[in-house]
Amino acid sequence: MANRIASYDGVAVAVPVTVPYERFSIRGAHWFIARALKALVDGAGISKDEIDGLCVGSFTLAPDSAVGLTQHLGLSPRWLDHVPMGGASGIVSLRRAARAVQAGDAEIVACIAGDTNHVDSFRLSTATFSMFAQDAVYPYGAGGPNTSFAFLTAYYMRTYGAKPADFGKLCVAQRSNALQFPHALFKKPLTLDEYLNARPVADPLRLFDCVMPCAGAEAFLVMSEDRARRLGLPHARLRGAIERHNAFPDDPVQHRGGWAMDRDRLYESAGVGPQDIDLLEAYDDYPVICVLQIEDLGFCGKGEGPDFIRRNTFEANGSFPFNTSGGQLSVGQAGAAGGTLGIVEALRQVTGQPLGAKVDNARHALVSGFGMINFDRGLCTGAAILAAT
Amino acid sequence: MMSETIKRPKRKNPILKTRAPTLPPDRRSRIALGLVRGAALGNLELQCCAACAAVQYPPREACVRCLSAELEWTVMSGRGELVSETTLHHSQELFFRERMPWRLGLVRLAEGVSLVVHLDARCGPAPSPVIVEAVLDRAGQAALVAKPDGGNTALADEPKLRNFTSDPRFRKVLVTDAKSPVGQAVVKAVLEAGADLVWAGHCEPWKNPPGWPAIAELPKVTLVPLDVTDTKSVNELAAELGFKVDIVINTSEHHRTFGIFGRAGVETARAEMETNCFGLLRLAQAFGPVMQSRGADGETSAVAWVNLLSIYALSNFPQHATYSASMAAALSVAQALRAEMRTAGIRVVNIFPGPIDDEWNQLLLPPKLAPSAVARAIVGALKGSVEDVYPGDIAQDWLARFRDNPKALERELGR
Repeated sequence: MANRIASYDGVAVAVPVTVPYERFSIRGAHWFIARALKALVDGAGISKDEIDGLCVGSFTLAPDSAVGLTQHLGLSPRWLDHVPMGGASGIVSLRRAARAVQAGDAEIVACIAGDTNHVDSFRLSTATFSMFAQDAVYPYGAGGPNTSFAFLTAYYMRTYGAKPADFGKLCVAQRSNALQFPHALFKKPLTLDEYLNARPVADPLRLFDCVMPCAGAEAFLVMSEDRARRLGLPHARLRGAIERHNAFPDDPVQHRGGWAMDRDRLYESAGVGPQDIDLLEAYDDYPVICVLQIEDLGFCGKGEGPDFIRRNTFEANGSFPFNTSGGQLSVGQAGAAGGTLGIVEALRQVTGQPLGAKVDNARHALVSGFGMINFDRGLCTGAAILAAT
Repeated sequence: MMSETIKRPKRKNPILKTRAPTLPPDRRSRIALGLVRGAALGNLELQCCAACAAVQYPPREACVRCLSAELEWTVMSGRGELVSETTLHHSQELFFRERMPWRLGLVRLAEGVSLVVHLDARCGPAPSPVIVEAVLDRAGQAALVAKPDGGNTALADEPKLRNFTSDPRFRKVLVTDAKSPVGQAVVKAVLEAGADLVWAGHCEPWKNPPGWPAIAELPKVTLVPLDVTDTKSVNELAAELGFKVDIVINTSEHHRTFGIFGRAGVETARAEMETNCFGLLRLAQAFGPVMQSRGADGETSAVAWVNLLSIYALSNFPQHATYSASMAAALSVAQALRAEMRTAGIRVVNIFPGPIDDEWNQLLLPPKLAPSAVARAIVGALKGSVEDVYPGDIAQDWLARFRDNPKALERELGR
């Protein structure tokens, strides 16, 4: 294993913000990000001038980036970052913001991920999502990541014996969690039969395997613990965080992610192990990737995911509290905000302020991100451990 | 043997609106367009690093292994394993929505790269051995197809992959000059390939070359007067049957064998241009627009336009100087026609034979192409998925020389 990660001691994560989701919006991404920033400063009881660091994730901000937002929103930060990593942008933003705070490059960093969703946004973004997607996937009729996840799912099922009902169990449990979460766009219960009988999208994926794009934003603040205490903010400690890009490029089909390369370092720096984790907020645009995260983050061995699912329950009060606000599959995928949804939910749980289902005695939350289907697989992975104070 | 898997389509319901053609997405990075170079000829070419021999896909600007910029498009075996697959029931794109469900595969090539491919229905479930080929999709862009390793794997026999072909089966074909040796061979070959009907164009009614009476008597052949040097003749024929033509095969040519100094004046050159270049232009203007409107007219839509050019179109053969020039001009017109027809998904196929064994090549030494070989090449291109065909050893030899060093070829031909 490579060198040990320097600790994130003294870093606080605070003020979980969700800008309510909408299936479609006529507004721009700037609107959602502005609402998130407003909620952050209001929630922290500070003026926006006190935000001296800004980190943004968004797909639909073009032609702007985080740079344009500073003028758009009247900020003069001394530290600025734009993280174009989709479902991993939340974790990566958190890591970078934490280091900026530790180094004194910024005192209060606003990490915001937000996107709008116009009626044709999804089609337009998938057509030119990446050079490889444009050249070698989209011309094949493949609309967005469905095809890649269909390949992953079919391969995983064949190789490790997962059944549709295994994935369905996760989806059903997440819907049950979502029914208690006020911002979830899905308001109706989901039964396993409904899951299994839903219309096929890209075999073996059915409708409820596929995340629903929407508009919205998620955000949080990163600052020193000292600052968080002085502001009187409930906060979580960042105990460890990892990221990895383009892991295992020689695997013919993606069946493991960068988490498998870096998890030992994550747990070592955090001083906890999988057995200490009280809830897992995994990136869930499709259920197969949840199973990969459960395995690669060490909750069971490679290929043992199906058995793990059969042995556990995933509601907030279950044996393995999982995606406790419902995850993207039941809340909606607000573009890049999907990669921050889990951080915000974990923050609410370990600070005892969940909006929906509560995980009892939530001390350690593991949050995981996955992003950017570039060609045949997702490239960006990340994970972080948030701990109660 | 023709496969029975493709059934004769039902007659068109005349009440229904003719669908407008849609195309697969055609946006590509410039580096990815490297694929089309091989695909135009039916070759699967991927980038191979000249420094470390790594093969890579999708196309990149540098070697993924050693970062060298020396990347060569190299023909691959196509052998690989289907490692995963899906059947799409949903697509954002109209072309695929109109053809759902659509099967896609993830293939690991023997060279160690992963490819997303259109997957032949005859391929077994993953894992199974497959052969990957480069084809041209209806937008004229290169696409990858995986077929089963072994057995009948004709593209045209698979209902979905058929979309990549211009199969003459059940289609109506116009052969612009059916009287010439090549024209006669083409008529026979397209009928053998299952065409429903051939309109056999002929002019100069006093000419009655060997074989012609037999062609005229073939069932499914209708003789039509057509003089491509006469705008009125071309327009009259187009008005009569242009809306029914699915495939045009332009075999009309005028060929004399003179260099520049061998003849005074430009009459011969003009006659060659009239037929070889302006004839094509007249045909294109008369038949092209109505074919475009039928680019999605059911399973026997308008689908292809074939030009019989010459390898001399690439580089002038001074012994046949003015003929070469007219063929170069025709090639240029054909390129423009390709661009315009592409918007309707209609493929323009150019055939570049070396010397054909006919009266005007009498004095050339062998090898020369039999007219039947040219016809086979044309039908093969229609049943397959290519747009440039160089049939025979001479054409292949010239093409290789041309690609290697066009200036050298210029001097070699001038000897």
